[in-house]
Amino acid sequence: MQLEHSQLSTYNDKVVRQFSIMAVVWGVVGMLMGVIIAAQLVWPELNLGLPWTSFGRLRPLHTNAVIFAFGGCALFATSFYVVQRTCQTRLFAGKLASFTFWGWQAVIVAAAISLPLGYTQGKEYAELEWPIDILIAIVWISYAIVFFGTIAQRKVKHIYVANWFYGAFILAVALLHIVNSAAIPAGYMKSYSAYAGVQDAMVQWWYGHNAVGFFLTAGFLGMMYYFVPKQAERPVYSYSLSIVHFWALIFTYMWAGPHHLHYTALPDWTQSLGMVFSLILLAPSWGGMINGIMTLSGAWHKLRTDPILRFLIVSLSFYGMSTFEGPMMAIKTVNALSHYTDWTVGHVHSGALGWVGLISMGSLYYMIPRLFGQKQMFSIKAIELHFWLATIGIVLYISALWISGVMEGLMWRAMNADGTLAYTFVESVKAKFPYYFTRLLGGALYLSGMLVMTWNVYKTAINGKATVVQIPQVVAHA
Amino acid sequence: MEITTLRVLATVASFVVFVGIAVWAWRNRNSSSFKEAESLPFIED
Repeated sequence: MQLEHSQLSTYNDKVVRQFSIMAVVWGVVGMLMGVIIAAQLVWPELNLGLPWTSFGRLRPLHTNAVIFAFGGCALFATSFYVVQRTCQTRLFAGKLASFTFWGWQAVIVAAAISLPLGYTQGKEYAELEWPIDILIAIVWISYAIVFFGTIAQRKVKHIYVANWFYGAFILAVALLHIVNSAAIPAGYMKSYSAYAGVQDAMVQWWYGHNAVGFFLTAGFLGMMYYFVPKQAERPVYSYSLSIVHFWALIFTYMWAGPHHLHYTALPDWTQSLGMVFSLILLAPSWGGMINGIMTLSGAWHKLRTDPILRFLIVSLSFYGMSTFEGPMMAIKTVNALSHYTDWTVGHVHSGALGWVGLISMGSLYYMIPRLFGQKQMFSIKAIELHFWLATIGIVLYISALWISGVMEGLMWRAMNADGTLAYTFVESVKAKFPYYFTRLLGGALYLSGMLVMTWNVYKTAINGKATVVQIPQVVAHA
Repeated sequence: MEITTLRVLATVASFVVFVGIAVWAWRNRNSSSFKEAESLPFIED
């Protein structure tokens, strides 16, 4: 009885700790895969001539590992941490919560085995075959039950805005995953999409762009709305703006997908619709960025001394940059130059390394010492070092691919006076060599920062111990 | 009703709802309930 009571009055941080540690581990693995395939682009022999280590199989392994393993674990960890603290209650259905951890790890391991073996549905960011898709759906629905169950039993009146973003992320990803993964099985690891032709392409990019919008944006905005105020020690700049920001994202993101299919068999009006909604998206994106950055107003000096805050704020600058670049690239005439070039890859990485990566790292640096009963990370100097390795890595990476992308786009469209192409395709590939090398360097720097973080997290964890945190008996707003 | 009319109505209705949310959020910017909500991350400090 005593035990039960004491359990109920504490937070369930075990699952948060598990997900936090695995976010760091999978971060290293996923970024290492990225560095390997970046090296393969510079020196193709590094594919070792084996099917299992070829670029085409390792590339989806890299994207799945960084998005769903690293990003996913960081989202699970922070959402479980934030929802308990802002609802002043223990996580709902503790057993189901630990099932989400083990289930999600099983999905990641299944991906790490099946992708190099060549099992794929061939849909970008949705490559995993149908049995794994079913496991993802089960884990995800469990996640929704735990998260919304916790909100339902909250001890405070309001649902804090971070939880709105996390909630939208969980609901939207369930919808996207289930619709896009609909397939007819043709063997235990083989299936065909339930959709055909251009409809299949549109469903895929409706999924694909909303994976960006809800997995890589809404979820991480949930982190922003909790960890930026906490680290800056002041409430969010404007709560009204956060509400408008939320609903503007919800109303517009769903329609932006067609910009992935400009100048294809997709009807023209659908392409134009996608372009217009992508342009509109600039407003909510920048509204959110301003809300996050302005939370620091009156406390800018903290940036000078606090590397964690610097991670969070610089991540917002990259968010602003990539959400300006994205709408611009969705304009059909710009897209005619940028599409299928390295510019797209650079754009994605300014969002992924800059926004998603840095905000996750900043949030983990905030959370991990508290999860192990420490006041701060083992080494602040190491956080500082990580920050600079990561930032310089990102800048090298994205500027190399801007140049390379615009260059190859211009080479592809260059014509001689008689209307023949000025360059062969292989000439454009050859011209990219120095930029591919710079990109490899940038990626390696980013990975080395993550290794510094791993050491720092290890030291923090062994110097501290897993602590049980009491839920403060505040019934202020009940 | 024709499907296009329905689509137009749904789009217009969504837009009106969104504008309504924006106006409501802005009008309540100094309300005590927003103040309570924005302080939620700090109730344990």
